[in-house]
Amino acid sequence: MIESAMDTSLTPEAADDRPDVIIIKDVSKRFVIRKDNSLKERMITFGRMGRRHREDFWALNDVSATIKAGTTIGLIGHNGSGKSTLLKVIGGIIDPTSGTVSRRGRVAALLELGAGFHPDLTGRENVFLNAAILGLSRKVTEERFDDIVAFSGIADFIDTQVKFYSSGMYVRLAFAVAVHTDPDILLVDEVLAVGDEAFQRKCLDKIRSFQEEGRTIILVTHSLGQVAELCDRAILLNRGNVVYEGPAHEAVARMRDILEERRVDELVEADPAVEIIVPRILDTTVHAIGKAVGDPVEHGDDLLVTTTFEYPELSPVWSGAVQIDNSSGQVVFGTSSRLLGRELAPFAGHYTLQFTLKNVWLGTGKYFVNISMQDKSGRHLADFPQAVSFDVIYYPLAVGTSYLEPELLEVGPPTPAP
Amino acid sequence: MSNQNNAESTNRDNRFAAIARAPMQVVGAPSHPLGGIWSSARDIWGQREMLDLLIRRDLKARYKDSALGFLWSLIKPLTQLVIYYVVMGKFLGAARGIPDFAVYIFTGLTVYSLFSEIISSTTGSIVGNSGLIKKIYLPREIFPLASVGSALFNYLIQFSILIAATLVLSTFTLSPNLLFILPSLFVVIVYGLALGLLLSAVNVYMRDIQYLVEVGLMVMLWASPIVYSWSMVRDQVGNSLILDIYTNNPVTLAVLGFQRALWSGGTDSANTPENLLLRLVIAAIAGVVLVLIFHRVFARLQGNFAQAL
Repeated sequence: MIESAMDTSLTPEAADDRPDVIIIKDVSKRFVIRKDNSLKERMITFGRMGRRHREDFWALNDVSATIKAGTTIGLIGHNGSGKSTLLKVIGGIIDPTSGTVSRRGRVAALLELGAGFHPDLTGRENVFLNAAILGLSRKVTEERFDDIVAFSGIADFIDTQVKFYSSGMYVRLAFAVAVHTDPDILLVDEVLAVGDEAFQRKCLDKIRSFQEEGRTIILVTHSLGQVAELCDRAILLNRGNVVYEGPAHEAVARMRDILEERRVDELVEADPAVEIIVPRILDTTVHAIGKAVGDPVEHGDDLLVTTTFEYPELSPVWSGAVQIDNSSGQVVFGTSSRLLGRELAPFAGHYTLQFTLKNVWLGTGKYFVNISMQDKSGRHLADFPQAVSFDVIYYPLAVGTSYLEPELLEVGPPTPAP
Repeated sequence: MSNQNNAESTNRDNRFAAIARAPMQVVGAPSHPLGGIWSSARDIWGQREMLDLLIRRDLKARYKDSALGFLWSLIKPLTQLVIYYVVMGKFLGAARGIPDFAVYIFTGLTVYSLFSEIISSTTGSIVGNSGLIKKIYLPREIFPLASVGSALFNYLIQFSILIAATLVLSTFTLSPNLLFILPSLFVVIVYGLALGLLLSAVNVYMRDIQYLVEVGLMVMLWASPIVYSWSMVRDQVGNSLILDIYTNNPVTLAVLGFQRALWSGGTDSANTPENLLLRLVIAAIAGVVLVLIFHRVFARLQGNFAQAL
């Protein structure tokens, strides 16, 4: 399943006249893990002995990619896959061991909100300091100062030392500064995960307007839903290698495969003596009753999801679950045999379940069906994310995930009281 | 609404056009030595506002929430002055051969404390700003430079006290000797910067450096004619190689230069070495070369700062 990195410059793309902003060429990064850190230890373990006290770790292996202006690209991969390292190399914070990164345009790195805030200084002083760190001149900062404070919503506390701020206030001010700089390239590392929901919405809205303005955004995140929602493309990294580069939703699907593989690996590692039984989910089909597989689904249709499970030995008591996600990764529906009040008896070999989901009233778009097999206490035995997909037919009357039949009556201007 | 959309799309096109015109730049490329220095100098110049802000931050944050604030930067050297004046000058009798002993000590002490503050604050500057360095790219030379800047600011306060003291004690004379301040100050700053660049970078990898620096600075205090006179050393070792080595220590040269400028006994040829100006100029040139060399070392080491911190 590991594919070599696709060369984006060869991929036909709709808006190919956009200039390249970042070219990553054969970038490798080696970390040396040392176990001695003081002068004394270093002296003692000098020379050949010293080598035993160091270990090489390749965080990135010959990574190449070209990023075009105006794209929003997600870097995904599990912990330790090298995505944050790659972001830091792009930002110039870490030098690559070999290979080069070339880029153009102004870069702002949002690797941590409020990096560079000094606790003893007031909010006002920190705004100027942080703006300068992000590359804004004093004059421009003064011009935008009122906007920044208004965006942060903490005008009352702007002359208080930031050490007295609550963590929410701190983050608000930091984000306000960051989005009022004028970068061509914005590097974002996980910072969207902080703050309350209203604040996150504010962040995401700002990111969207950045997209409108043609800024290039590189996003490192663990939230696959966010990648599917925000990014045009994604680079999937695994152990320092580019496993996949392409459309975001495809990368997300492959990421889920890797997570599943790792889960199985971890089971093997945890207890190598026990032979690991790997249950699997084989074929899954979905179609509307009375229609062929692949036909678009209309409202009011009944969906039939058929899926076959495999268990090499006699399985425990189990349950089967089905979940439907929309194209941005949001769950729109889920059910399982347990929720339906059924306990499935153990089986060995193959076993097929059929879910009938009556009366589909979903909005226009593509939907993915995830299947999982769980034991009695709800632990996942096997998962098949995005096993199949189906399309819901285009309704010109409405948008959104669910479909309600709209009708309009013009009541007109208020009638004068009698 | 559609107007706004149009504005946005032209905005977008303009941005793309600007990007297409800009040349591709390799991030953090190790270029050849001289070009490297030129390009880092340009980088730093581009960030001079940032440098200014960092210096202000250092100064503001240092005495924030203390009632006396900046007075503290005077209290320490003045206390030292009193101790040395009483103990060395009166009890041990060093003042006997040295006229205006208080001015003499304070002249040397301010020079030394400038050097000492530059060295100790630059050494910790990279480690102390690790939060920034790990998260954001800035030319890293900015941090040692900011430390030099805030040390200079503190020095200015002490220096104005010194001038005031010489005026009050009416030992201040307007003479060409005052010009010795310029090369002397230059020597202190250049050596402070050169060593600061080296030590700040090495300290990231070996934290022993900061303790080593404390010891070294203590030695420096006594290895320069601050609380005793240069002529005492000459009388002990004679006109030998040892005297030359002792004299050509840049801190000693700078201290002697300041004494020549501000201390009434400094013009007495018995109290100062020959060719002081020439020595200062040579030291300054050597110092500039050292800055260039140590900057290369710094540039080489800085690539791994973010992961070593």
